[in-house]
Amino acid sequence: MSNQAINTQASNAHLTTPTRLTGAEILWATLVGEGVTQVFGYPGGAILPVYDALRKFPIHHTLVRHEQGAAHMADGYSRASGKVGVAIATSGPGATNLVTGIATAMLDSIPIVCITGNVSSKILGTDAFQEVDITGITLPVTKHNFLINRAEDIAPAVRLAFQIAKSARPGPVLVDITKDAQQATALFDFEAAKPRPVRPHPMRKIEDSGLAHAAELIRNAKRPVILAGHGIIESGAMEQVRTLAERTQIPVALTLLGLGAFPASHELNLGMMGMHGESWVNHAIQEADLLIACGMRFDDRVTGTTATYATKAKKIHIEVDPSEINKNIKVDVALVGDLSEVLEQLLPRIAGRDGSAWLKTIDSIKGDAAVRDIKNLPDLGHLYAAHVIHDIWRITNGNAIVVTDVGQHQMWEAQYYHHELPRMLITSGGLGTMGFALPAAIGAKFACPEKEVWVIAGDGGFQMTAAELATIVQEKIKINIAIINNGFLGMVRQWQQFFYDSNYESTPLISPDFVKLADAHGIQGLTVRTRAEVAGAVDAARSANGAFLLNFMVEKEESVYPMVSAGSALHEMIRRPGSDPLLESPNDK
Amino acid sequence: MGEEAGNLSAFHFFTRSLGHLERIIMLHTFVAYVEDLPGVLTRVASLFRRLNININSLTVGRSERVGLSRLTLVCEASGEAGHRIRASLFKLENVVDVDDIAGAPSVTRELALIKVAATPQTRSQVFELVEVFRARIVDLAPESLTIEMTGVESKIEGLIQVLNEGQDRVLEICRSGKLTMRRGHHTSRVLKAMGAGSEDSSEADGAMVQALEDTVASDTQ
Repeated sequence: MSNQAINTQASNAHLTTPTRLTGAEILWATLVGEGVTQVFGYPGGAILPVYDALRKFPIHHTLVRHEQGAAHMADGYSRASGKVGVAIATSGPGATNLVTGIATAMLDSIPIVCITGNVSSKILGTDAFQEVDITGITLPVTKHNFLINRAEDIAPAVRLAFQIAKSARPGPVLVDITKDAQQATALFDFEAAKPRPVRPHPMRKIEDSGLAHAAELIRNAKRPVILAGHGIIESGAMEQVRTLAERTQIPVALTLLGLGAFPASHELNLGMMGMHGESWVNHAIQEADLLIACGMRFDDRVTGTTATYATKAKKIHIEVDPSEINKNIKVDVALVGDLSEVLEQLLPRIAGRDGSAWLKTIDSIKGDAAVRDIKNLPDLGHLYAAHVIHDIWRITNGNAIVVTDVGQHQMWEAQYYHHELPRMLITSGGLGTMGFALPAAIGAKFACPEKEVWVIAGDGGFQMTAAELATIVQEKIKINIAIINNGFLGMVRQWQQFFYDSNYESTPLISPDFVKLADAHGIQGLTVRTRAEVAGAVDAARSANGAFLLNFMVEKEESVYPMVSAGSALHEMIRRPGSDPLLESPNDK
Repeated sequence: MGEEAGNLSAFHFFTRSLGHLERIIMLHTFVAYVEDLPGVLTRVASLFRRLNININSLTVGRSERVGLSRLTLVCEASGEAGHRIRASLFKLENVVDVDDIAGAPSVTRELALIKVAATPQTRSQVFELVEVFRARIVDLAPESLTIEMTGVESKIEGLIQVLNEGQDRVLEICRSGKLTMRRGHHTSRVLKAMGAGSEDSSEADGAMVQALEDTVASDTQ
């Protein structure tokens, strides 16, 4: 077969007519058939036949600098687009480097498919060079995985992998293909490789009695709160949730991954709940007499200690995964199914109601905390991360895709960048993977090339995957990078300050000059030290032709407030200390 | 020694102190149909490992369905864990059906092979015990013999205990682990769940079979 045979006018002929192809060609042809146009990967010995066949197919491959980056890019691509992201790596260390990225996708229910090469089936299990049992290693961090050693099994496995990745509660799937399977030939029949229909989970059912009970609880509730999670975005249930909230005048509290599922500017939006949620949000949940949990899983970061969590509230849990029901919090009604389907069935039973008294109560709990928020402080020479992030929000009109790393800046972003739309905040919530932001932003940019993409990362996490700066340059993509540089592993330092007598063991951090580092890659940059420079620097980054890095030298020992310490009740928050004249506190006048 | 001994042990409650919490720990018996493919058992076992639950017994073998194996898994976990374990088992791609037997009427059996040291002079004592327990001798050698015994767990343990009484005569024990099957028409429910054979599963049939089950259950008690 000539090199261009498949990629020319008959480019999709192999999808309709069974054709004899090598396993490597079958892999690409199947990916094309599944609608893939973009993959992220790194070649190596056991995946070379696959790379050799790539030129024949209309798929763009982005060469990463570390396979963890490939998995995060596939993840970011998926979070930004809603499509399945694809990462490719070789056997052994290539495969193990994917693991952190796969686990990140698993914990946040992100559909990605990872393809790994493996040694030939004849020497499988002999500790051959670069051999590792990657299906064994990734078993607990994938929805499913496959070990394929025959060319004819590749298409069915890859098609099933896509189906598994995106069905019900999405997640990562790994397909490990031996080198001899890539080299052998087989008849490729895309249609025949179609997987069996999704076998519905028999415990996933929406019972009429449950809908009636839920409607009754909503009708009788005096102090209800909707808990909005990531499932809303994965299910595409934004409209239904909004209808529910508006019709019933029930306020909405969001999880970190739920941000964007309900417009930040909506009058019923309370804001983020949980460990670093605003005090009025957590108080509202603790005082509520009904919680309507939509596509969220009562993670320990949003409940505080479960023994004292919302004890006065009845709970309705709308969730696609039956194993989440009663896992962390016992609920009164479980509606187990796709969120938008459940809400479509529930909404006709819901009438309008007057929620003004409860909304007024929440408003009174809020007090003037928002007015005295850190972002409203006059410029006294301090550069706070909150200011930087709030300014980026103002200048971008909230229209950028923001990809955050993990730590203090991640929480400040959640508090000070207000998201109106879904898929505009990309962050590692469940696993909390430092180093996620830069590669995930590259993936997001490939998914949405027309959108403005910002990385907001700390000085610690950025260094974990900073090598991907070179990927940005090689791919000639425009990403703006804001490093919130406080010279500490900030969130760990904050915990040391609160819970370990300010013993800052191993948290002070020497970093390279990030602007010079960017320059070494051919990326422009600026260091910002005062608040007066922030707006100009953000403008400079936005108007630059290529990628741009801003190094914000912020207050070294600022902490994220409020904070519910691990094991405390949700309403027992650590507030800003009143002794600092710059900062608000519940006790100051 | 009736079948009910096995049923009772299936929901034999006992408490165990877990830190400062007292939680009800009970025996759970799951019957699952899984695809007969490499690695499937690892996936099932890995789920229990991840939940830090010890598997008391696990038996796997071919089933009446081509390409599907049937397994019986017994474990100790809190009473409320049953729902989550079943839901999580279902989430495994290779698991086709899961039944939580819990306290439902069921038949549970275990097979044991027991090798006992016995010379021609001492054999007759062992023969007597085998007779009492309705076991069988399946191998006879000059210095030893092998007993095959089928029954509920307590019956097998009873035989082992009497064989060991006085002198250590037991050389080797090989036990299959528990095999469990619901009484009555349950098989058709499984087939229906798998998208096959739904002809005899109407409500009326179900009620009739339930009545029959009750009769059989009272007969054996």
